[in-house]
Amino acid sequence: MAQQVFAYIIHKEGVADDTALEMIAAARKLDPDASVAAVIAGAGAELDAVCRELVSSFSEVWKIDNEALAYVNAEVLRRMLVRILPKDGIVLVPHEHFGMDLAPGLSIMLDAAYLPDAVDFEGVEDGKLKAVREEYTGQVSTHVHCDISQGAVITVRPGSFKADESKSASGKIVDKTAEAMEGGLPGGARRFLEVVEAEVGDVDITKSDVLVSVGRGIEDEDNLEMIFDLAEAMGADISCSRPIVDAKWLEKSRQVGTSGQTVKPKVYMALGISGAFQHVGGIKGAPFIIAINKNPKAPIFQAADVGIVDDILDFIPELTDRINEMKG
Amino acid sequence: MDAALISPAKATVLGIPTVIFSLLIPLVGIGIFTYIIALRLKPLVKASPDPRLDRLPGRFLKMLKYAVGQYRHPRYKDAGIIHILLFAGFMILSLRSTTLVLLGISDGYLLPGMDGILGHIYAILKDFAGTFVLGACLAAMYRRIIIKPERYAVPAKYGKEHTWEALLVLMLIMGLVTCDMVFEGSLAAAQIQSGLKPEIMGPMTGTWLAAHTLRFVPVDLLQNLHLGAYFSHELIFFFFLCFLPLGKHFHVITSLPNVFLMKLDKGTIKPVQWGVDDDQLDELESFGVKKFEDFTWKHMLDFYSCADCGRCSDNCPANAVGRPLSPRFISIKCRDYSFMSNPLKGKPVDGRPFIGNVLEEDEVWSCTTCGACEEECPLFIEYIDKIVDVRRGLVDDGVVPQSLQKPLNALEKRGNPYGKMEKKRADWTKDLPEDVTVKILKKKETADTLYFVDSITSYDDRIQEIGRAAARVLTAAGIDFGILGPAERDSGHEVRRFGEEMLFQELRDRNTDAIVKTGVDHIVTADPHTFNALKHDYKDVPPVAHISQTLIQCIQSGKLRLKPVEDPNKIYTYHDPCYLGRHNNLYDDPRAVIDAIPGIHRVEMAANCRDRSFCCGGGGLMLFYEPIEEKRMGQVRVEMAKAAGADVMVTACPFCMVNIEDAIKTSGLEGEMSAMDLVELIDRYMITEP
Amino acid sequence: MEILVCIKRAPDTSENEIEVNRDGTDIERDDLVYSVNEWDNYAVEEAIQIRDKMGGSVTVVTVGDEDDEEVIRREMAMGADHGILLSDETFKGSDGRGISAILKAEVEKKNYDLILTGAQADDGAGQVGGILAAMLDWPYASLVNFIDVIDDKKIKVGREIAGGNQEMHEIDLPCVLSIQTGINEPRYVGIRGIRKVASLEIPVHTAGDLGIAPESVGESGARTKRLDYFVPELGEGAEILEGSTEEIIDKLLEFLKAKGGIK
Repeated sequence: MAQQVFAYIIHKEGVADDTALEMIAAARKLDPDASVAAVIAGAGAELDAVCRELVSSFSEVWKIDNEALAYVNAEVLRRMLVRILPKDGIVLVPHEHFGMDLAPGLSIMLDAAYLPDAVDFEGVEDGKLKAVREEYTGQVSTHVHCDISQGAVITVRPGSFKADESKSASGKIVDKTAEAMEGGLPGGARRFLEVVEAEVGDVDITKSDVLVSVGRGIEDEDNLEMIFDLAEAMGADISCSRPIVDAKWLEKSRQVGTSGQTVKPKVYMALGISGAFQHVGGIKGAPFIIAINKNPKAPIFQAADVGIVDDILDFIPELTDRINEMKG
Repeated sequence: MDAALISPAKATVLGIPTVIFSLLIPLVGIGIFTYIIALRLKPLVKASPDPRLDRLPGRFLKMLKYAVGQYRHPRYKDAGIIHILLFAGFMILSLRSTTLVLLGISDGYLLPGMDGILGHIYAILKDFAGTFVLGACLAAMYRRIIIKPERYAVPAKYGKEHTWEALLVLMLIMGLVTCDMVFEGSLAAAQIQSGLKPEIMGPMTGTWLAAHTLRFVPVDLLQNLHLGAYFSHELIFFFFLCFLPLGKHFHVITSLPNVFLMKLDKGTIKPVQWGVDDDQLDELESFGVKKFEDFTWKHMLDFYSCADCGRCSDNCPANAVGRPLSPRFISIKCRDYSFMSNPLKGKPVDGRPFIGNVLEEDEVWSCTTCGACEEECPLFIEYIDKIVDVRRGLVDDGVVPQSLQKPLNALEKRGNPYGKMEKKRADWTKDLPEDVTVKILKKKETADTLYFVDSITSYDDRIQEIGRAAARVLTAAGIDFGILGPAERDSGHEVRRFGEEMLFQELRDRNTDAIVKTGVDHIVTADPHTFNALKHDYKDVPPVAHISQTLIQCIQSGKLRLKPVEDPNKIYTYHDPCYLGRHNNLYDDPRAVIDAIPGIHRVEMAANCRDRSFCCGGGGLMLFYEPIEEKRMGQVRVEMAKAAGADVMVTACPFCMVNIEDAIKTSGLEGEMSAMDLVELIDRYMITEP
Repeated sequence: MEILVCIKRAPDTSENEIEVNRDGTDIERDDLVYSVNEWDNYAVEEAIQIRDKMGGSVTVVTVGDEDDEEVIRREMAMGADHGILLSDETFKGSDGRGISAILKAEVEKKNYDLILTGAQADDGAGQVGGILAAMLDWPYASLVNFIDVIDDKKIKVGREIAGGNQEMHEIDLPCVLSIQTGINEPRYVGIRGIRKVASLEIPVHTAGDLGIAPESVGESGARTKRLDYFVPELGEGAEILEGSTEEIIDKLLEFLKAKGGIK
């Protein structure tokens, strides 16, 4: 396979996102011989810092440096990328909120195939990539054939490939700004205004060491009381999954997941959380995960270190009592 | 008979014959009164139909018992007795007042039949009545001003206090009575002075007292008092008459017809529109009550009839736990809205949307349909049908809380509110012992009795225990029974009461088909909601019994034998489920079942048992609704049981079980107190070995 | 404002375990119930609210066959003014690009100001909105959880991004937005509402009507194809604690103490 592979790099405040090195791993699974080029957009010193960080991991680091990209607007960037990317390249993009904004349209503009949300690759044959996707919140998987012979844009689910930290490349930074800006700044029909920060709750769960996290299995708002009791006994903070926030039982700032907070505790206790990837995607730093769920098939048991199959409504009060007894 | 004083019919003041006033005042008064009543009737004429003239003898008897006999009044002892006195006095005095009005036109007028001995008896009777009324008014004022019972308070969100209205009316009544006493007393005093024999007076009554005090007052002064009292009475009387339809004292006029026209069938829900059959419902433009004018005329009459006594809200569990619902103010707000829409003068207040201004969505969804308000109302004002009608309107407009949409959609797709698969509906039977077989009734698999399980017992892990207990008990009692299994759908009881009539009808029709196909002769259920649905909401199905009825029969006939209670020190109390007790009058059978266990110690939650049972928090869809409340109803209920000294709360409804067990946990009473279903209790204590 | 909402019919997965059929060609569909994709339902509600405020009309469209009519009717019962079914034998097996191409042909038949899609579906990948926008060369925003119509030329949108934050943009019309759940509270659609629209004729547009070359869509035009369904092989997974609740708690407490889970 002689197609060039590109990895789009998400970064923030001068630091590359965890997905950056996962993209290398994904690219190697796709084509072990690929020389992988990173594509980074941004502005100024922060951008340069990310580029420097990545040269040891990628054969080339393509940067687009423009003030207008200080906060990257997918509508602008997509049109710039079309100016610099080769038509038959393979572009890997993390499947998160920015990638979902950028990638589908990019595939059309490059006249490339689009493969969304891939979790694994199983080889290329006759220009057809065999990939694995998940459907129905991970209850079933599918094999997908994607014709990449005329190029492809592939979004890769964060966390599905183990980050390649070998730093085995000695790449160079290639400034693609001029090429990307040829014809002026594109994409003016959507103008970025601002980021409205989520209301900060009384606790910053991103800084917690121990999290007691509650999901749909709690069934009723009143049952939250038992979670409060457990957290108090353990000296833990309380977080939750999306349904709890949607039901307005806990504030948004306590939500763990790709649309909520990214947490890095030492111990994470998932109570009545099924463990959709959007939730697990918000748990970083390899904490010790304890899952309690009455459904033995819940995906959370795949992510957890220790699992207990029981109804949390029965189990939690007993656990709390025991902890309190133990502490005297 | 020479008159000691000149009567109002013959007197002149400044040369003007006072008979003119005697004619004018009633004419003007009756004129204004007629105008107001016509205005009040206007919306009723245009309202939705509501047939209420069936079963007339029964209605008449109920009116005698509840309206004339004031049967429900003593449920609140002090207020009740005062009201009965006032009412009785008022009835007696109304004759006198009518006589007085005519007396001003025709001197010495007596009502027909009142010229003989009857007249004299009446004269004494009314003297006593007047005096009692006066006393009752004073007692009522004392209550209103000094005691201020809590249930009369008006929370800020509902506007200002209504006390002035009550006080004004009490003073008007006292004015009427006092004027009559002075009018008659002055005449008697003058008659005594002139050596004439006065009308017989009740000793120590107000009139008697007036006559005796005024005995030494000069005659010309007495004459002035006599006329003054008469015309004061006249003015107060007609002012009062016209004041009645302006507020809560409208009930003085409307309560007799309102009770006469009461809803006779407990446990039922009115059809979407009277006179429109189920198969014609699709043709209706709109469903339910979306604006005031959509209420039925009887429901409007209810609003007029509310005496603002606060008994409904005092017993309303939603109100008690701080939900935004107070039945009393549903009536008051709607009455005020009706008055404003048909003002005495000027243009009506422009049509603000009814929902969101007069009634709030949260208010309407907060009701558990427990029926405590209707059980208490002395005037039989209906609330459940109105709430259901407003919910129907909301459902028709798609305004349904998100928390209810999921279970409703699941009921539509799967026939149960959890969205569980139909084929798993009978899975709860899998854990039963081998000798307990639960047949799934089909064409070839038949039985005498159908056990209708319903959704919560079929799918909820905890409640399945009740289902299994029922299966064991029915088997032990030798009853040939089976279930519908996957063919069963939710009974739809709450679906209907939450206003989704069409979905209810689909569920009902499917169940009816399935039930009829089995060819069973009886239906039994352990769920009072199901029981109520099959009994009142379904047609053309075999007779249905609640399992407590079956149990007591089996115990009495010896088919079920019970062993002594394990721990005689444990104290049991029975919680009346709303749809067993209030809606279906089944109070005694479940108690008899408990008491049949040898050695069991049962206490009552005295102030809150039987028809005053306090709702657990509601069943069916109410389990999914997230109300605004300060406390859970279940917690209040558990506290009541604790106060009664109970260790075990026995109930006979799966939803009560969910709410009460939950409340025991959240109140931190686990270990101290437990909940049990009646069937589970019998399952534990029945003797299975022959 | 003329709004088009692209919807699809999807199995309701909330309480149902999805299983793969015996030969792995499909999921087990016998016991599934279907409804409109949850995200699409939010999109339709949003469109109705915009229409009620700004005037205009809401059209719902889906690519499928007669089975899919039910979701069009459901959304019309909700308040959409028109429904269109895009159906043709040649559409079968289309990938995201194919579906978008079909939709694009429909879009070009009328002057729409705004196109909404759901941000994703349980059996999808959240791609149609972005692809359709690129095909039309219209601006696009994904994961939209807030819309404020400024005037008939531009709107303000919020995108749901990480950390619960919201990215605000001003975007010119016409545009394509993919709608995230939680943007509104969709209204209830009762049986009565569905019955009212049960007999409405839903226009069906075929490849011929839309001027679509059959080979450009469907299986022949698809560059991504689903080969099979399978149940993912489970990895090691968690160590499941067994025993009585008491024993389980004992073991759990050991772990908690060892890992610093109890302070």
